[in-house]
Amino acid sequence: MQDTPENRAAAATPIDAGIEPGTLQLGINGKPYFHSGDATMPLLWFLRDVLRLTGTKYACGVGTCGACTVLVDGKAARACMVPMLEAAGREITTIEGLERDGLHPVQQAWIENDVVQCGYCQSGQIMAAVDLLRRKPRPSEDDIAQIGNLCRCGTYPRVRSAIQRAAELTRAKRT
Amino acid sequence: MSGAFDASRRRFLRIALTASGALVVGFRLEEAFAQSSSVPPDLLGDELTELTAFVMIERGNRIVIGAPACETGQGAITAYPMLVAEELGVAWPQVRVTQLPYGYRETDGNASNRFGNQSGAIANPIGEAWTALRTAGATARAMLVAAAAREWNLPVEQLRTAEGHVIAPDDRRISYGALARGAAAQPPPAQAPALKDPATFTLLGTPVRTTDVRNVVTGRTRYASDDFLSGGLIAVVLRCPHLGGRLESVDDAAARKVPGVREIVVLEPAAANASGDGPSAAGIAVVAESTWAALKGRAALVPVWTPGPFPEESNATLAATAHALLDAATDGVVVRQEGDMAGSRKRARLALSARYELPFLAHATMEPPSAAIELRQDGALLIAGIEDPDAASALIAELTGLPRAGIEIRLPRSGGSFGRRLRNDFVAEAVQVAKAVGKPVKLVWTREDDLANDRYRPFGLHAMTATLDRANRIAGWSHHCAATPASGREPGAPAWRGCVSAEAFPAGFVEHLDTQFHALESGLPRHDMRKLRHGFDTFATQCFLDEIAFETRRDPVRLRLDMLGEPREVPAGEGGIMFDTGRMAAVLSACAERIQWSTKRTDGHGLGIACHATGGGYVAHAFEIGMDGERVRIHRAVCVVDVGRVINPLGLENRVASAVVDGLSTALNLAVTVKAGQVQQKNFPDYRLLTAAGAPPKVEVHALPSTLDPVGVGELATSSVAAALANAIFATTTVRVRKLPLMPELLRML
Repeated sequence: MQDTPENRAAAATPIDAGIEPGTLQLGINGKPYFHSGDATMPLLWFLRDVLRLTGTKYACGVGTCGACTVLVDGKAARACMVPMLEAAGREITTIEGLERDGLHPVQQAWIENDVVQCGYCQSGQIMAAVDLLRRKPRPSEDDIAQIGNLCRCGTYPRVRSAIQRAAELTRAKRT
Repeated sequence: MSGAFDASRRRFLRIALTASGALVVGFRLEEAFAQSSSVPPDLLGDELTELTAFVMIERGNRIVIGAPACETGQGAITAYPMLVAEELGVAWPQVRVTQLPYGYRETDGNASNRFGNQSGAIANPIGEAWTALRTAGATARAMLVAAAAREWNLPVEQLRTAEGHVIAPDDRRISYGALARGAAAQPPPAQAPALKDPATFTLLGTPVRTTDVRNVVTGRTRYASDDFLSGGLIAVVLRCPHLGGRLESVDDAAARKVPGVREIVVLEPAAANASGDGPSAAGIAVVAESTWAALKGRAALVPVWTPGPFPEESNATLAATAHALLDAATDGVVVRQEGDMAGSRKRARLALSARYELPFLAHATMEPPSAAIELRQDGALLIAGIEDPDAASALIAELTGLPRAGIEIRLPRSGGSFGRRLRNDFVAEAVQVAKAVGKPVKLVWTREDDLANDRYRPFGLHAMTATLDRANRIAGWSHHCAATPASGREPGAPAWRGCVSAEAFPAGFVEHLDTQFHALESGLPRHDMRKLRHGFDTFATQCFLDEIAFETRRDPVRLRLDMLGEPREVPAGEGGIMFDTGRMAAVLSACAERIQWSTKRTDGHGLGIACHATGGGYVAHAFEIGMDGERVRIHRAVCVVDVGRVINPLGLENRVASAVVDGLSTALNLAVTVKAGQVQQKNFPDYRLLTAAGAPPKVEVHALPSTLDPVGVGELATSSVAAALANAIFATTTVRVRKLPLMPELLRML
């Protein structure tokens, strides 16, 4: 059987002994997790309060700032706007799971460009950049400017150059 | 710093060998400060008398250097340890930096701090540490060299050090790690070691990346709000929306039924305490097993609030009151008067006047305030991103009766401060809740809590008048400010402190001067932001100079340079710091040159420039902008600074560039507004920070070379952004915007 999020959700049905009816299953950084509490709870709080994956940050709770950006089935999403019910059956990637060994090219580029100031928004910025480069391996300046993630310190010029550098690193990795 | 250590100084040098064989050299450095001419005594005051760094040398030759201040993005976690590492003679990759906790202790009834003053290094993070931390590194190095000399039976003069090794003339080498034990067994050196000739620096002046950047970009860094105390509950607070209002009653039946909600605690509002940091709003805390349960419980509360003493307060009423005060013939508090301004008005060939209005601003740190606290019988543990742990410790002791020596405070990396984390109101809330529930509690603020309950940058108006003589020279300068005073940290500081300056240029450069202040009453708590005044009155003075230049058909850069005159030093009124007109002129001239000031733009672009000095640092901003429909496009952003010797050019460039972007973000769009005694902004959608799309793609940063002692740069580099941008908008559109934020006002006027 193919290892798709759908099949994982199917595998998590209560016939798998001991799981209460209504229990949600989702994949996070490649591992299966269950949630039997409030299905309206945003994914953000499941990650932070339950799993203690605190690399995903809270900063507005209304989907504006992007500090809680994660990948849901590979696409960027604001974890504060994804209720657990919607996260169920999906594969979530957080900053902690972006690269198992070493550094993702985007993280590498972030280090090279010394992007971090207070750093609080940066895991969200990095996840947004990963999403952009997946869609557009050669992003234009306008593409980069369309990332709406907020940075209170004002690191946008470095975020910009880091994304271009990450695009280079990603291309180099492929060849 | 090459003089002898006297006996009293040696007492401050502490050396210890840990169980693991690590050599620890600690330094209380108030003596170093006393000798440092770069740090004016007034600036040190009672809060800035000492500072400490730790050097730990492990046997495996890894060097651990402690950073004593909470890293909030200001770069202390990188720059402080660099100073130690340079003199210690180690390679930067050998160094691991550790964030030190609060170091309060009591010895024989005397309170002291193991790590020196941890509550005062914010204003000038590098300046105070410059001599002190290098001396700590040099002392550790001298001890290691002495240990090697003994081992090899060679005079110390023949030995040199490199990359964490002592090297003999025959190239034998021995690692610091191997020498640590022997070094620790010796008495401290009788002579203060000579510091390096800066010409021989190998680390300082080279670009160094943020030391903990890898942990940040992999999500491993635990920020203040990422800590969960064992068995801890989460608390959120519903606060009274009315300024100074009270809780009449609350129906919490529905909230108590929310699964996971454990307790509901009514908070005492504005409990007066020594530090003035009690919770300022009446509130009801919901304590729950998770953040989500706490938020749901909070949403289910049904409170009845009593409006406070400011039910009518609004930006409109504040502005009307301010205008009336400035129109009235009655004098305000005199800040500074020289010559005869009234006479100058009568004699003047021309008198120009303009008023400038600035809104309340929120710090809006990306990571909202939070405090995790555990209260025990004999002590407490606080984990919070705070910059005044002394005050927090005193506050906890006051609210709990616990002995201060039992209060442990950890200071993890925190998501921005801009001055916000100097206040401990959220710590006071957490203590109240933890006391009430008898369990460890992490109290978290939502963004809505943050925008509605900040300590805001003041609101105010500046009424400026200049009189011009026949040669178009500015003879008289009148600056009357009406503002909500910042609730200053220093008791007894004048109300105008932070809103208007007695000394800042052009005060002192005109024959007749009249600076006055009128205090406006407001229900909003206020506090400094990014060095409050440097931005607050700079906007008025630097825009007004531009207006004078235009009215008298003079070049704005030339006007400022002429006023600055010959290079000389005049008192700057910040604890004895001098204002060097030559350095100011050099920064302004360099900025003008970089933006190609004298090249006329023919493509609809316009240029604006402004400059400022504070804390011994100098800055000039210039922007080249154009209008794109109803948007301001920033085509070029130039910032030139002179902050003395540059410790970390990469850190400096990054911080200056960010500060310029923050300054633009604030100047263009940000305001906290009050209506009917309530703050109107709820969340980021109505407190609109710039996104990448609005920010300039690049900020051109230049630091003028200098061999003078370094000063901090971050807050300096926001100060004249708004003025330079407003001046550029005028050059581009001929519309003079005198009210911040600029965009709504510009669109109204266009």
